[in-house]
Amino acid sequence: MFEDLELLRLQQYWWFIVSLLGGFFAFMMFIQGGQTLLGRLGKTEEEKNVIIASLGRKWELSFTSLVMFGGALFAAFPLFYAVSFGGAYYVWMAILFCFIIQAISYEYRKKPNNFLGQRTYETFLYINGSLGIFLIGVALATLYTGGNFIKNDMNLSSWTTETYGLEALLNPFNLSFGLVVFFLARVGASLYFMNNLDHESILKRARVQLKTDALLFLAFFLLMLAMLFLMSGLAYNSEGFFVVEHKFFFNLIETPLLLISFIIGVGLVLYGLYGALFKNATNAVWFNGIGTIITVTTLLSLIGFNQTSIYPSLSDIDSSLTIVNSSGSHYTLVAMSYVSLMVPFILGYIFVVWKSMDQTKITSQEVESDAHHY
Amino acid sequence: MEDALLTDWSRAQFALTALYHWLFVPLTLGLAFIIAIMETIYVKTGNVVWKEITKFWMTLFAINFAIGLATGIIMEFEFGTNWSNYSWIVGDIFGAPLAIEGLMAFFMESTFFAVMFFGWDKVSKKMHLLSTWLVAIGSNLSALWILVANGWMQHPVGMEFNVDSARFEMANFWDVLFNPNAYSKFLHTVGSGYVMGSLFVVGISAWYLLKGKDVVKAKKSIVVGATFGLITSIFLIVSGDESAHEVALHQPTKLAAMEGLYDGHSRAGIVAVGQLNSEKEIGDNKDPFIWEVEIPYALSFLGFHNTDAFVAGINDLVYGNEAQGIESAKSKIEKGKVAIEALTTYKEAKKSGDEAKAKTALATFRANEQYFGYGYLNDEKEIVPPVALTFYSFHIMVGLGSWFFMLFFLILYLSMVNKLDGKKMLLRLAVFSIPLGYIAGETGWIVAEVGRQPWAIQDMLPVGMATSNVSVTAVQTTFWLFAIIFTVLMIAEIKIMLTQIKNGMEAH
Repeated sequence: MFEDLELLRLQQYWWFIVSLLGGFFAFMMFIQGGQTLLGRLGKTEEEKNVIIASLGRKWELSFTSLVMFGGALFAAFPLFYAVSFGGAYYVWMAILFCFIIQAISYEYRKKPNNFLGQRTYETFLYINGSLGIFLIGVALATLYTGGNFIKNDMNLSSWTTETYGLEALLNPFNLSFGLVVFFLARVGASLYFMNNLDHESILKRARVQLKTDALLFLAFFLLMLAMLFLMSGLAYNSEGFFVVEHKFFFNLIETPLLLISFIIGVGLVLYGLYGALFKNATNAVWFNGIGTIITVTTLLSLIGFNQTSIYPSLSDIDSSLTIVNSSGSHYTLVAMSYVSLMVPFILGYIFVVWKSMDQTKITSQEVESDAHHY
Repeated sequence: MEDALLTDWSRAQFALTALYHWLFVPLTLGLAFIIAIMETIYVKTGNVVWKEITKFWMTLFAINFAIGLATGIIMEFEFGTNWSNYSWIVGDIFGAPLAIEGLMAFFMESTFFAVMFFGWDKVSKKMHLLSTWLVAIGSNLSALWILVANGWMQHPVGMEFNVDSARFEMANFWDVLFNPNAYSKFLHTVGSGYVMGSLFVVGISAWYLLKGKDVVKAKKSIVVGATFGLITSIFLIVSGDESAHEVALHQPTKLAAMEGLYDGHSRAGIVAVGQLNSEKEIGDNKDPFIWEVEIPYALSFLGFHNTDAFVAGINDLVYGNEAQGIESAKSKIEKGKVAIEALTTYKEAKKSGDEAKAKTALATFRANEQYFGYGYLNDEKEIVPPVALTFYSFHIMVGLGSWFFMLFFLILYLSMVNKLDGKKMLLRLAVFSIPLGYIAGETGWIVAEVGRQPWAIQDMLPVGMATSNVSVTAVQTTFWLFAIIFTVLMIAEIKIMLTQIKNGMEAH
């Protein structure tokens, strides 16, 4: 089946899969958003325990989604993986650090004799949910704005600044992208709590919090979109690379499928927000979540299609990366494509397990009676 | 100088993170199955004592699992951050098993982990039991794929070099997946995890018996632990033998270092115990050992399954041995440099459109391709890994593995004949053997990874060529950052774990 596809089709298929994983990770970021709301929505110890219990049953999936996103990039686009991770060194290391401290915090937070104290672990969760998510947004934004790298004839790359990726923080688009992701995560968290918890005081605060976060999310989202559609992008043909004005805007309108999915995705996100803000809907997380997956998948797909560079080099235009010059071989992409057929099966069992675990909403009684609660 | 320093710091960071990660993974691998067995007994018998026992060990499992994840995420991304040249040169082959690991194993683990810990009252007994087994299978599947990747680094198969993209590309997925080296490594590695899990359960149960606390549950636990430990330590010994055979076939320098063998010979014996002569140099006539106890013929037999087989020594591999058909490292380095030059010429000719020159250069490259990696070495002695570290690590690992087998046998036998009570010395030894299990696991990885130096990919890519082109300062910064955070987290983990154990099984 996949063997018969041209290399370019496989590269496009894999860019789509990577984008989809990015979309799924963006949806799962409601975990991180929830971590930043722990102190705002949980005013008593009992309330905090309920929030942590709700997030704690799913946090590993957000962690796994990030690992999977990285793994898929490595397997399908090894040159991108090598150039970005090996070059924007400090940014990726800071992101990893934020996830290392998340991994132990749920389990260790309330355990007796936990060495660092409960507040430290809660601070770790806050850092993961704020700095970690913001930096991931900035790192993803560099796919549009580029990085300071060069590569030689042997495709070995090096970074041209001593700040190794931190310079991306000076770019307004990168910053606004990071803030969009941060507020999206918080919006997702409030919607998730409204669906997952049976706890009036927390939910009351979540509804108030949602108004602020939704407003900030929409403001930064519009700002980011305006910048994205106005900015130039790097295109390529058989002659080489060249700059095109409003590249991403044209990518969107010249690719009807992406335009339709973008409209549907944004529509679902807005519909979810409308339902939650004005109708007190408890199922808004699903509309918002599916909308987030579709929108983020579309925005990442914009970079990989229509002869666009997936990682422009700011130091040497000819070193820029595309899905063509950075991908795995035809053989590997075919092998990996067969493996990707497992994705629906995996999503299926995640859905079944969540459904059985979330049959009843989480209450403080349930959390306090569970000997293993976080 | 700067390059050598960067390589050393990159190595140090990888060693640091891998050694920390391996402090926690074996217990996850082994304890997951032991818990699944305990829960199966509960579901089969309906005896709630077994449910309480299962929950107790699950609590300890979760404490360990969390820090295993924390130390694991860096391992996946470190290939990109610190070994970016490696990621490009072999990413087409190496990336696939890592991605499959995420897809097949991590999602399974993380999804069913939630059911295992929070689903007792939410799903049926059978569904819960299935979830516990799936967490155990998921964690072992994860080990399978990462060891397929590692096995490929030790014995690269199923690939070819693409001169245009200047990298190795996968040519046969099944060769990579069914690489015998990967399977011997996988079985031996998970086997060590099963033994570690058993040592943990046996040791902690022994501590309860010494204290006279939770005696009934401790006795039940110790039987499960010792039974699982005895079976898996036999499995560990058998898979270790196969692993050594693979090393003999494909990594002769590592085998020579493991045994401190400088001059190869037929009917070679194994040094059971010995002290290396620190003044011994490659190529001199000094005795490699101050003293040693040797088992005759054993190395030839274990390495090649033939007591008459010739086992190459370090001197043979460095300087060559014509009679045995072993080429010298110097000759390989020269051919490797020819390959590198031919590749450069090929690329330049292609760029300038000189097809004839490109064709000739390509033919030269193909003729010397198998020595390509050697071309990046400058001295023939560079092919030898640190002998003392490899030798002592190997012998400590083997010695401890043998002790664990005896320990499980004694504990299980005495439990069966109901004579374990009062055997305080043995119970103390069982407690003391928990840290020994960690030492055995770590030394095993030192043999595997230090023993294959200077290669990132055996004979294909030296570590010096594999690093990222970042500054030494950047790597030093992250090295210390990880050293501090992992140490702090490990202290927290140990304190939490000890407190939970002291609180006793009744609390669960």
